[in-house]
Amino acid sequence: MNEPRETGYIAAHRRLEGNSALFAVLTTLAILVGGIVEIVPMFTTQAGPETLAGVTPYTPLEVAGRDIYIREGCYTCHSQMIRPMRAEVLRYGEWTRAGEYAYDHPFLLGSRRAGPDLQRVGGKYPDAWHYEHMRDPRSTSPGSIMPDYAWLHHDTYDPSDIQASLRALRRVGVPYTDDEIANAPGTIAAQAQGIVDRLTQAGVTSEPNKEIIALIAYLQRLGKDGRAAIAAGATATPAAPSAVAP
Amino acid sequence: MEYTGTRTGDGNTTYDDAIVKLFLIATVTWAIVGMLVGVWIALEIAWWPANLGLPWTTFGRLRPLHTNAVIFAFGGNICFTGIYYSIQRLLKTRMFNDTLSRLHFWGWQAVIVAAAITLPLGMTQSKEYAELIWPIDLLISVVWVIFAVNFFGTLAIRKVKHLYVAIWFYMSFVITIPVLHIVNSLAVPATLTRSYPIYAGLTDALVQWWYGHNAVGFFLTTPFLGMMYYFLPKIAERPVYSYRLSIVHFWALVFLYIWAGPHHLLYSALPEWAQTLGMVFSIMLLAPSWGGMLNGLLTLRGAWDRVRTDPILKFLVVAVSFYGMSTFEGPMMSIRSVNSLSHYTDWTIGHVHSGALGWVGMISFGILYWLVPKLWNRPLAYPAWATTHFWLATIGIVIYTVSMWAAGLTEGLEWRALDDAGQLKYPNFVDIVHQLQPFNWLRLLGGAMYLIGAVMMAWNFIKTVNGSATSRMPVAVPTAN
Repeated sequence: MNEPRETGYIAAHRRLEGNSALFAVLTTLAILVGGIVEIVPMFTTQAGPETLAGVTPYTPLEVAGRDIYIREGCYTCHSQMIRPMRAEVLRYGEWTRAGEYAYDHPFLLGSRRAGPDLQRVGGKYPDAWHYEHMRDPRSTSPGSIMPDYAWLHHDTYDPSDIQASLRALRRVGVPYTDDEIANAPGTIAAQAQGIVDRLTQAGVTSEPNKEIIALIAYLQRLGKDGRAAIAAGATATPAAPSAVAP
Repeated sequence: MEYTGTRTGDGNTTYDDAIVKLFLIATVTWAIVGMLVGVWIALEIAWWPANLGLPWTTFGRLRPLHTNAVIFAFGGNICFTGIYYSIQRLLKTRMFNDTLSRLHFWGWQAVIVAAAITLPLGMTQSKEYAELIWPIDLLISVVWVIFAVNFFGTLAIRKVKHLYVAIWFYMSFVITIPVLHIVNSLAVPATLTRSYPIYAGLTDALVQWWYGHNAVGFFLTTPFLGMMYYFLPKIAERPVYSYRLSIVHFWALVFLYIWAGPHHLLYSALPEWAQTLGMVFSIMLLAPSWGGMLNGLLTLRGAWDRVRTDPILKFLVVAVSFYGMSTFEGPMMSIRSVNSLSHYTDWTIGHVHSGALGWVGMISFGILYWLVPKLWNRPLAYPAWATTHFWLATIGIVIYTVSMWAAGLTEGLEWRALDDAGQLKYPNFVDIVHQLQPFNWLRLLGGAMYLIGAVMMAWNFIKTVNGSATSRMPVAVPTAN
């Protein structure tokens, strides 16, 4: 090392280097500041993410579908965040409001769009489209590079397993009631049967306990609450982004 | 494995080099595994049937395995290799406790094996670089406590009063990683393999990217800067350029890095003030990052003639240069208007790899080529192969990053392109995906070259350690401490 004259902060630092405990404490303080300043205000209503009236928790079947979405790593190729830019809104629909994620544990914004954004995919296609798309993506999207997810059409989900998820989600703040958790198997069966019926009408045969049914339930839910809330003007003018890119 | 090692400063005990060898072997092994998975998923992007129709090998499940393997298995083990080797010598003492050293080693390998089993099975928490399920998260915490006790214990029994700059950077690694890991992993378990984070929506996203960006900062940057400060002056046989600069850039780096996370969430509905803080601090981060780069490159003053002939110095110079390039590109990509184009595209993938392959990978290779002959006390079996490895890796990185720049700009521009009527010029997403395919094949080529270089290195080391090379060229063995 160069040997500068050891005065001022250089001399002070040289003394600090002889005190490893103090060095560790100062390092800890240095790395804590930014995190505290950025994260703590997120839990306040003034500075934290805005809420959106009309957004409700996922149904038990949708929770099961979301768990499958997480298991398969769908978020590694598909985002769930539409940016407030004209081209994005044209391609995907209304840009995403913070309150739409109110019950998203974990968040699934994604970081890469190898495939299109899914924030508003709910209701965009019929159930049978999703069924076929997961079986063979090229049958519905010619030229797609997504792999086949054929096992979703054979494997089954476990309603009691979903109840465990609901209980854990309640503990992190999703307002499921005791009744909703207790009655989950019935709720699941009813929603799943509805999807199976719509598939049957489209000429597709499946059973309500298949994983693909849960995944369809989740995908068809995506962005729906937000879209309805935005259409109804439920938000008091969301803070518009300062710079809207072309 | 025998306990080999040179005498410590006071001549009474020996350094524990056996633990360094263990970490080194793990480093090379996981490097090959992690890069192989990377090449495989690159193939899957170029040619989708490459998952062979199996659930366990889809891109969605292997991508987290690739990132975890290269960051925590390869990156983690090389950090531990470098730290265990250098702090004993810098502090002139053996590690605090040999049993803790071994618990640290085997515990960390257990985490990696658990990750390699669970991730292909789809057991994941979905947070990038924090995917591992909660029981493994607990194991990571325990292993890190063991490492921290061993690290600070070694500092406590040191026989050198002043902590050298490398140790400041190691310390920031040891302290910050558990803070990030624990805060980001707080979750309520539903089953043994599934849990839900206590944070919701954008708060969860902010905590994750505070973690994710600082995994880059404190796992892939500060320990590697620490190793740069130890190994580069040793290998170049030149003193560090500026002590004053090392003080300023260390404190600036550890203070500023932690704020930069929200640049991953620009244009999201995250509160505007947080996005702006993330952008501003990311831009400021350029200064301490380049302070480190300059201190590294200027340390080589007077040794540049050796760069032409010494493959180890070649690796180090390119590593520090890529550190400078990726820490310039990162702040640029954190500017909102640039990010509006780069976000979600392959540009980000290219940026990450110029840091990972260019900085982390290359400095690791340089250190490994220097350490193996010293630790096993044998000349490198095929010195010429090291130079071949260097060129394969360097050209591979260039092919990788340039193809990802091209892919990222292509898709970024076409996603936003509007026609004269103000409508989308490329309304069909798949049409844009198809234009990326030549770049995806090029990326595969670049990644494969990088992997082949690493395999050559591994073979070179095996032959060196076994001493069974047919021709042994004399290599310059730098003098011991």
